Amino acid sequence: MNIKTKTENSKLSVSISGRIDTVTAPEFDSQVKSKLDGISELVLDFANVNYISSAGLRVLLMLQKKMNKQGSMKLINVNETIVDVFEVTGFSDILTIE
Amino acid sequence: MKELTLDAIVDNIEEVTSFVNNELEKLSCPASAKNQIDIAIDEIFGNIVRYAYTPKIGKASVKIDVLNNPLAIVITFTDNGKPFNPLNRADPDVSLSLDERKEGGLGIFLVKKTMNLVDYEYKDGKNILKIKKNLE
Repeated sequence: MNIKTKTENSKLSVSISGRIDTVTAPEFDSQVKSKLDGISELVLDFANVNYISSAGLRVLLMLQKKMNKQGSMKLINVNETIVDVFEVTGFSDILTIE
Repeated sequence: MKELTLDAIVDNIEEVTSFVNNELEKLSCPASAKNQIDIAIDEIFGNIVRYAYTPKIGKASVKIDVLNNPLAIVITFTDNGKPFNPLNRADPDVSLSLDERKEGGLGIFLVKKTMNLVDYEYKDGKNILKIKKNLE
């Protein structure tokens, strides 16, 4: 997994590539969380994420809860495999997916 | 039948995944099924890593069987750790709102939803969890 982040004023864009799983989710969590101070718009680009397991879902849930308190969060470029995982787990109803 | 035995540690999830993926490639497994199987490995082997032997390290084995007519793969995960039946856990309520959602229980739920069969038994001091996925 690789993570690229870009901050413009209060907007944080995060582009993730690879797998978000038991091994990589802790890094995803800490990389994003450490940059959230003063952020009101979080955009997660999933174009190059080919796989997410429950470890990654837990991070998304936590991030969404945090961003609801300080602004908004959305996921963009989510592929079909990941959309399937979101639908099965009900995450498609609690996340904003564009 | 092929079998791999290794330490139940996070760093070995990748080795288990490529062990299974090598077999799936030979079977011309559809990409969507392969993804679901990879996720199941992460969830199940991840559970063994977290619960079976903590705080010690123990072994786990992963066995692959291929069935024909219809083509299916059966993956059996075995460990000698504490008895733990992940199927006993209640399914998470996926209709709850964000604030009501709990963080646990999603992994095995995902496995149950995407595999054709998930079966657990505790036998001779071993946790044996079997998953089956139809490939056609």
